[in-house]
Amino acid sequence: MDEVKELKTNDKMRQLSKLEEIPASDLLERCLELKRAGLRFSQACAAYYEDKFHLTYTFSNYDTLEIISLRVVIDPEEEIHSITEFIPAAIFYENEMKEIFGVKIKLITNDLNNKLYRINVEAPLGVAPQEGGKE
Amino acid sequence: MGKRSVIPFGPQHPVLPEPIHLDLVVEDERVIEAIPSIGFIHRGLEGLVKKKDFNTMTYIVERTCGICSFQHGMGYCETLEHIMDVEVPDRAKLLRTIWAELNRMHSHLLWLGLLADGFGYENLFYQCWRIREKVLDLHELTAGARLIFSVNKVGGVLRDIDEDKQKIILNTISEVEKELLVIEKTFFNDYTVQSRLKGVGILTKEKAHELGCVGPFARASGLNVDLRKLNYAGYGMIDLEPITSNDCDSYARCYVRLKEIYQSIDIIRQAISKLPADKTISVPVKGNPNGEFITRLEQPRGEAFYYVKANGTPYLDRMRVRTPTFANVLGLCEMLKNTELADVGLLVLTIDPCISCTER
Repeated sequence: MDEVKELKTNDKMRQLSKLEEIPASDLLERCLELKRAGLRFSQACAAYYEDKFHLTYTFSNYDTLEIISLRVVIDPEEEIHSITEFIPAAIFYENEMKEIFGVKIKLITNDLNNKLYRINVEAPLGVAPQEGGKE
Repeated sequence: MGKRSVIPFGPQHPVLPEPIHLDLVVEDERVIEAIPSIGFIHRGLEGLVKKKDFNTMTYIVERTCGICSFQHGMGYCETLEHIMDVEVPDRAKLLRTIWAELNRMHSHLLWLGLLADGFGYENLFYQCWRIREKVLDLHELTAGARLIFSVNKVGGVLRDIDEDKQKIILNTISEVEKELLVIEKTFFNDYTVQSRLKGVGILTKEKAHELGCVGPFARASGLNVDLRKLNYAGYGMIDLEPITSNDCDSYARCYVRLKEIYQSIDIIRQAISKLPADKTISVPVKGNPNGEFITRLEQPRGEAFYYVKANGTPYLDRMRVRTPTFANVLGLCEMLKNTELADVGLLVLTIDPCISCTER
C-alpha cells in the first residue's frame, strides 16, 4: 500500500487530472462517450518524441473541474480520424497539429490546408527532415 | 431575401488592435456567417524549447502576452513544479496571487477602456485607462516593470513585497475601488451604453459549452466555471465565488468583468492579510525535470492550459500553451450570427481577444 503523504496545496490539480492511454481506433468512440457524459472539449495538442506522435485530447467537467486527457500514440506515417464532425470546437486544434507537427488527420470539418499560421516551413516541430531527402 | 455578400473585417481595424481577420457573410447588413482566420503574428515560441533550457523558458513564456504575462510565467513554473514535486513556500504562493490579481485588474480595465472607445465614449475610455495607470504603477513598484514582470522562477518568486509596499498597494486599490464605483454608473446605467450592449451578441449557455468557451465570456453565458477554485498559487487560502450572469449578451460580459475587478481587489486584500511572517519566497530546485503534466489556471481572459513534457535534460521535449482566446474564437463566430454589421467591431471586443497570445 502506498505511503499516505501530507496533502500539498497544489495536489488538488494533480488529483483532478486523469490521463487515459487509448489506441487510435478507440479515439472517436471515447470522445463521444465523454461528450455524452457532459464534458466539455478543452484542448488537443501533439508532441513528437521517441519517434512517435503523442496526441492529447483533453475534456473538462465544469462542475468538478476534473479533466480527462486521452493519449493516442501513433507512428508518423499513421493517419487518424478527425473528431471535428461531432466536436466542432476541435477545428483549430486539429489544424494546428496538422500544420505544426505534420500529423495526418483525415476529414477535418474545416481543413485549412496548413494555412492556420501561414508559416513557410513544413511541420517545424514534427519529424526532422532526413539529410539527403527520402531514400 | 437580400443579396448576400462577403465583407472582410481586419486584420487591421480601427476598433481592434489585434490582428484577427473575419470574412463576414452579410445579407442586408445582417451577418449570416463569420469565417475566422488568424496566423498574422505566429512567432513559434513553443519551438524554442529545443534551444533554450527550462529556466530560460520561464522568461520566454512570459512574453507570450504583454497583458497577462505574469500568469503565463506562473502557469509554466507551476507545471514544472508539479513535475519536479516542488512545494513552493506559502509566501511565494500568496505573492503570486497578488501579482496575478493585479494583472487581472489591469487587463479588465484595459478592456473596459477599449469597450468604451468602441461604443464612442472617449472620455470614459480615458477614465478607465487613467485608473489602469495606477495598477501599472503598482506593477512597477513591486516587480520593477510595468508589463513583463519576470518575477517567477521554478520554486517560487524572485522578489518579495515588503510591508511599506503592501500599504501602498492597499491604499492604491482602495482609490481604484472608489473611482471604479463612479465610472461603473455609466457602464451599468447609461441609456446609450445599454442600447449598444443589452440583448446584443447573444451566446447561449448550451452553445458556450459546446464550443468550449472559457473565462468571463463563458461566465457571462451562465457557465459557473472559474479555475481559481483549483487552489493553484495561493487561491486555496482565499475565499472567492465565480461571478456569473445568465443574460448571455454583451452587457453581461461587461458586468462580469467589471465585478471581477472588485473581486480582484478583495482577493488582494485577503492575500496581503494572510502573508506569513516567514520571509522565504523560494526553495532551491536541483536537477532537471523528467515527466509530463498539464496545469490549468484562470487568466484574465479565461482558462489557460500549460502542457510540459520533460526528459531529464535541461531541454524540454514539448511545452504547449493553450490560451483562452484560442478557445473563444469559435464562440465569437457563433455570437456574430444574426447581428448587425455595425455591431461587429464592438462584439469582437466583447470576447477580449488576444491574438498575440493565441498564435504564440
